Amino acid sequence: MKKQILVNDNLIEWQENLTINKILKIMNYSFKMLVIKVDGELIKKDEYGTKIVSENADVKIIHLISGG
Amino acid sequence: MKNLEADFFSKHDPKIIPIIRNATIGIAGAGGLGSNVAVTLARVGIGKLIIADFDKIEPSNLNRQQYFIEQIGEPKVIALLENLKQINPFSKYQIHHIKLDENNISSIYKDVDIIVEAFDKAEMKKMLIETWIAEFPEKPIIAASGLAGYGMTELIHTKKFDNLYICGDEITKLNDDISPMAPRVGIVANMQANLVLELLLHQLPDVISKQSHELL
Repeated sequence: MKKQILVNDNLIEWQENLTINKILKIMNYSFKMLVIKVDGELIKKDEYGTKIVSENADVKIIHLISGG
Repeated sequence: MKNLEADFFSKHDPKIIPIIRNATIGIAGAGGLGSNVAVTLARVGIGKLIIADFDKIEPSNLNRQQYFIEQIGEPKVIALLENLKQINPFSKYQIHHIKLDENNISSIYKDVDIIVEAFDKAEMKKMLIETWIAEFPEKPIIAASGLAGYGMTELIHTKKFDNLYICGDEITKLNDDISPMAPRVGIVANMQANLVLELLLHQLPDVISKQSHELL
């Protein structure tokens, strides 16, 4: 069975050394202002290139848009 | 005045009155979202609102914000306090004419049960959400994202991420053609206010997650 993670409820294939930046690329997300949680834990922007996402992780990427 | 206060609450279910009168809700920003959330929560009769904003009222704000012509130029929080007292003088209002940042959020809002994110700029939304999750992970934060333009009511939704809730369509960007307008800003602000009530009145955590899960 393939190893997977959930990104905003979409199943995607897990790979070795999977970072947040790689996930953003795979998902084709180009948004700038994001709040990201992995298994409920907040990931700060300076960790996007270094934080390794483990298999079966539940990743939530929330896109914040100006207007109010 | 005492009779007026009793009459003010006479349409509420008596069971909910002690809960809403004991609640303290934070509102971060007093523009399109914040002024509308504040007016709705004042009408509901929430016991105390804590509202912070650094801005002054400009004529262009009147297209969606709960202010009046004669208030142009006043700090928003000062004008909002006047308006809230006209609607419901029986609740407490604490206002802060200040620009919120990572360093003052926790002291201003430490006593709230729930905070409502009501900023205009995406970077401020992100700053508040990240600060809140770090400082008060156990307290709900209700944010808004994607509410510009008009129509497309059916795209507006609420999503739950642990104690972070997002109201809006999560897609509509501001640009020269798409600006925030009263109907959609009002809808999203009132969704935020409605969720405040829902969280206050369904205080069992498992009921909250069960109910909210059905929204996703």
